[in-house]
Amino acid sequence: MPDTIYKKSRPGRHGFRVAPDAPKPDLPDEFLRDGPIGLPEVTEPQVMRHYVELSTLNHHVDKDLYPLGSCTMKYNPKVNEEVAALAGFSGLHPEQDERDVQGALGVIHDLEDQLAVVSGMDAVTLQPAAGAHGELTGLIVARAYFGNRGEPGRTRVLIPDSAHGTNPASAKIAGLEPETIHSGADGRIDVAALRERLDNDVAVLMLTVPNTLGLFEDRITEITAAVHKVGGLCYMDGTNMNALMGQVRPGDLGFDVMHFNLHKTFSTPHGGGGPGSGPVAVKSHLEPFLPGPRVQRAGDGFRFAPQSVLRVGPVHSFFGNFGIYLRALAYIMRLGADGIRHASQVACLNANYLARRLGDEYPIPYGQRCMHEFVASGDRFREYGVRTLDIAKRLLDYGFHAPTMYFPLVVQEAIMVEPTETETLETLDRFADTMLDIAREAREHPERLTLAPTRTPVRRVDETMANRHPVITAPGREST
Amino acid sequence: MPYTSHTEDDRLKMLHALGIESEDELFASIPVEHRLRDLLAMETGRTEPELMRSFRERAAANRPAAAAVSFLGGGVYDHAVPAAVRNIASRPEFATAYTPYQAEVSQGTLQVIFEFQTHVSRLTELPVANASMYDAATALAEAVLMAARVTRRNTVLLPASLNPRYRAVVERYCEGQSIALRSVPLSEAGDIDAAALRDRLDESVAGVVVQTPGYFGVIEKPWTFSDAVHDAGALLVAVTDPISLSILRAPGSWGADIAVGEAQPLGGDMNFGGPLLGIMACTNKLIRRMPGRIVSASTDVDGRDAYVLTLQTREQHIRREKASSNICSNQGLMATRATVYLSLLGETGFVELGRSCFAAAHQLAAMIDALDGYGLRYRGPFFREFVVTCRRDASDVVHAARERGVFAGIPLSRYFGPSRRRELLVAVTEKHNTADFELLCEALAPAG
Repeated sequence: MPDTIYKKSRPGRHGFRVAPDAPKPDLPDEFLRDGPIGLPEVTEPQVMRHYVELSTLNHHVDKDLYPLGSCTMKYNPKVNEEVAALAGFSGLHPEQDERDVQGALGVIHDLEDQLAVVSGMDAVTLQPAAGAHGELTGLIVARAYFGNRGEPGRTRVLIPDSAHGTNPASAKIAGLEPETIHSGADGRIDVAALRERLDNDVAVLMLTVPNTLGLFEDRITEITAAVHKVGGLCYMDGTNMNALMGQVRPGDLGFDVMHFNLHKTFSTPHGGGGPGSGPVAVKSHLEPFLPGPRVQRAGDGFRFAPQSVLRVGPVHSFFGNFGIYLRALAYIMRLGADGIRHASQVACLNANYLARRLGDEYPIPYGQRCMHEFVASGDRFREYGVRTLDIAKRLLDYGFHAPTMYFPLVVQEAIMVEPTETETLETLDRFADTMLDIAREAREHPERLTLAPTRTPVRRVDETMANRHPVITAPGREST
Repeated sequence: MPYTSHTEDDRLKMLHALGIESEDELFASIPVEHRLRDLLAMETGRTEPELMRSFRERAAANRPAAAAVSFLGGGVYDHAVPAAVRNIASRPEFATAYTPYQAEVSQGTLQVIFEFQTHVSRLTELPVANASMYDAATALAEAVLMAARVTRRNTVLLPASLNPRYRAVVERYCEGQSIALRSVPLSEAGDIDAAALRDRLDESVAGVVVQTPGYFGVIEKPWTFSDAVHDAGALLVAVTDPISLSILRAPGSWGADIAVGEAQPLGGDMNFGGPLLGIMACTNKLIRRMPGRIVSASTDVDGRDAYVLTLQTREQHIRREKASSNICSNQGLMATRATVYLSLLGETGFVELGRSCFAAAHQLAAMIDALDGYGLRYRGPFFREFVVTCRRDASDVVHAARERGVFAGIPLSRYFGPSRRRELLVAVTEKHNTADFELLCEALAPAG
């Protein structure tokens, strides 16, 4: 690996300076640092070379396929970046007068509106900064709803075992009690078993649709009706909305509340881990509880609505990740109604095509027909001493990113693949051919997998040592 | 259609491989009565030039603070963003990568986070830092939950000088956890009333939050009460402004157990308040209780230095409801910007920047203090932000100044009601010059 930026530091080098003559502050010593901070001393050309070199060590969507299941690593359109960089947006301060931010309020209003159309819901807040933050917000809204109805004792949140781990963690922070429900033999909710779990203490059923196996809950309206019958709410984790947009609206299926991931479905870049955006959409009975401040129309323009007593307070310092809204709205406007429907169609076509090409070598336990993603199993290669992890690592040698692995837990040696709609047939075939080659290698030369990767910037990294003795900063300031 | 690329031949080939007539059959598991027959009620797609035109018009309907003479602060600041920061952050290698779960092909992101953690650790003088949080408000909320978990206590003391927007978010996270929040008043000088703080320290107190400089700009002296906080068995939680740590004593030096802060000023645009960048650092003892992603140095099987995500057993994808937090992402690209920013300014540039902010803020404060009917609300020391008392309602002052193209600051009645109706929060950065200050003074107290 390249040296850290600290090792490149030499006293007397300077990068970006704005005030070489600034005087030492006139403050008593007790307030001041008593030594150097330990930041590096490097020049701008050095900084550029350092971070450009680091950048070349990454896999990224603009390089090749990123088939991570449930992550929707689709192409991130470049025009969206130009939109977000417009100085009329990026230079706005959140405490400005409403009259000076009409364009921005319009963006918030219009994106909320478009997401309501896509979801079939009645109202949307954009505030949550990520999908998990959206889950938490949606559940806080649900809790406020029950509190207002005089039912604070409703605390049970039912979550399938195939759900993402953020679901139970979010329920806990919202002050609710997560409970696991087990998937049926077909990978979907066991409706009879679910009914037995429903009672007057159930606050929320939290479902991912399609679920993490890439399956649509075909008895969904029966399920949501059963939850409503005991007075509970239905939450949809919208992580997999890329399969549904333009095809079906969660609001029509009986969901009361859901969140989106703009960084998945609506193509905003993942940024190596963020910033994301996790808007929450609700039916009208939950709208009074959405976190403020809310944007509303006022004459020809927009304003922040006066705070109302029922609303839960904000979940973010300001209005959420506004810069991400711009990209998502630009994407929606670029695609339009027909493009949105086309995108989910192609996403599902691509996933099914790959499932068909891989299914013989990598069995797909829960059926051959999926939506935007599928979960195959690498279990049959265990007899050659090969695990799914090894298959994934071998893919890195061939220039692809690995799929999601070992999730959901209901599939042994799970390999979860989501190609997205932005891949060409050639890329899909190249990936499928590679996977089939790897299957052959697993039988004939298993060591090529168990020792993989060998062509990457580094090889397998020792996680155990890192867990036992984490080293999370560069050596001390004295050694720079 | 934009961004999809199948030809009709491709499509037919794929349908044939699947043995179906049309894509419709892929959606057969959706109850037929709920399948959308028509397109969604939205417009048809636009071309790229049409799209840009629409957004240019929307942008033109704004009057951005960055292009005006603005003294708005309160958590988001208009510092200069070096061109090299924008350039690096726009590289697709960083922007279009996912979370670095596959370490072998993510060493770029992982090393950047490692350097970010090191920068944050050095700024705060705390040994442990995570890969970032959404913003300061949620970082503080997580720190408060962490203090309660670690101490198994359920009261947290918040100073009256805490950013009101952070307080609101902390309340949201605490409602579900039965954590009681109690307020600590300020002294006449504008810092925490240490005697009142001591009075409130009892065996129920999990944590004491100190924002320094506080929302009103005043720099605290936490070293005068940090022992008392620790003697009471509570954790000391610092809310910092990373720019101020260029010159001010770091939280680790005065006994903070956890430090959080808003790092938007480190190379981030204001973006109407988001995306922001929450930072979080803590003592070694607390590392396994900290939420969020952490990167560690390690080695690969050939013994080469390499980086990897670590201590993931704290995280929700493994621990589910027993996780230390529900947070799953970090603010990766914002953290990348902050890393490049601090590397680029370096020791010299960053200290000079802090000094420059301090000097400029004090120059403006002196000019305003000399105006008839205006003064400084607090006599405590400040860094680059301070409260001005006005001769009339601060919101009227702000409106009048706006007419002259000057964004004078935040009228405190917005958050604190009529008792502070004549108070105005004014922030200064290195981008201001004397002419800007003269414009503000002229707007506050027009000649004649």
